Amino acid sequence: MKVKPNNYIAMEFLSRSVNEGFARAAVAAFAAQLDPTLEEIGDIKTAVSEAVTNAIVHAYPDELGKINVRAAIFEGNVLEITVRDWGCGIADVDKAREPLFTTGGEERSGMGFTIMESFMDSLTVRSKMQRGTVVTMKRKIAVRAGRR
Amino acid sequence: MEVISTCKERTSTLQFRGELDHHNAKEAIRRMEQIVAAALPKQLILDFAGVTFMDSSGIALAVRAQRQMNALGGNAALCNVPSQAKKVFDAAGINRMVPILEEEKGK
Repeated sequence: MKVKPNNYIAMEFLSRSVNEGFARAAVAAFAAQLDPTLEEIGDIKTAVSEAVTNAIVHAYPDELGKINVRAAIFEGNVLEITVRDWGCGIADVDKAREPLFTTGGEERSGMGFTIMESFMDSLTVRSKMQRGTVVTMKRKIAVRAGRR
Repeated sequence: MEVISTCKERTSTLQFRGELDHHNAKEAIRRMEQIVAAALPKQLILDFAGVTFMDSSGIALAVRAQRQMNALGGNAALCNVPSQAKKVFDAAGINRMVPILEEEKGK
């Protein structure tokens, strides 16, 4: 049985790089209800920025396409973020996840997936050539003493 | 993203202000390279005090700076790196390529 989230948001936008800032700010604002620390918010924003940038740069290299970002809160203060595109797909996901591997330009470092992995508790990447990619990340937000 | 440069005795300091992501990185790198090509410094200090957010684009920028400086026979370093950006740099092991100074030089 699929577990239903306690709350979620979904947004869709065009793969323009100016939307990177919007996407990470929107997810951070939604995550605020979990009462995260500044460091946790920083980690979430960074991971969202990497995933959305990947979709913008790699999924639609020669055209503009649709990107969908969903953030959901599950029992136990778990935040799940899904970034989905309908672009060209990743030929070799394992290779793409290796540190320093990039097919991007000189303004890319090849560290996107490494950062998503180290900043979030889990990261799964599903991709199909010419069909698109779905990146799912989870992060448990610690319940702090003194909170309600 | 704003880039402010000051040059003193062959040390150029670049102050970055704003959010350093993929959207802003191309322009910031272009500005940086223009400034370095014009000033030809021995040392380049990348001051990140004003960086309110940074993702892996900042790694690419720092590595580019070091490459350009090495080609000129000099070197680059980072300073005043806020904790969010520091965490991104640490995840990439940036210290092996571009040192992070504890305090801004000359202060």
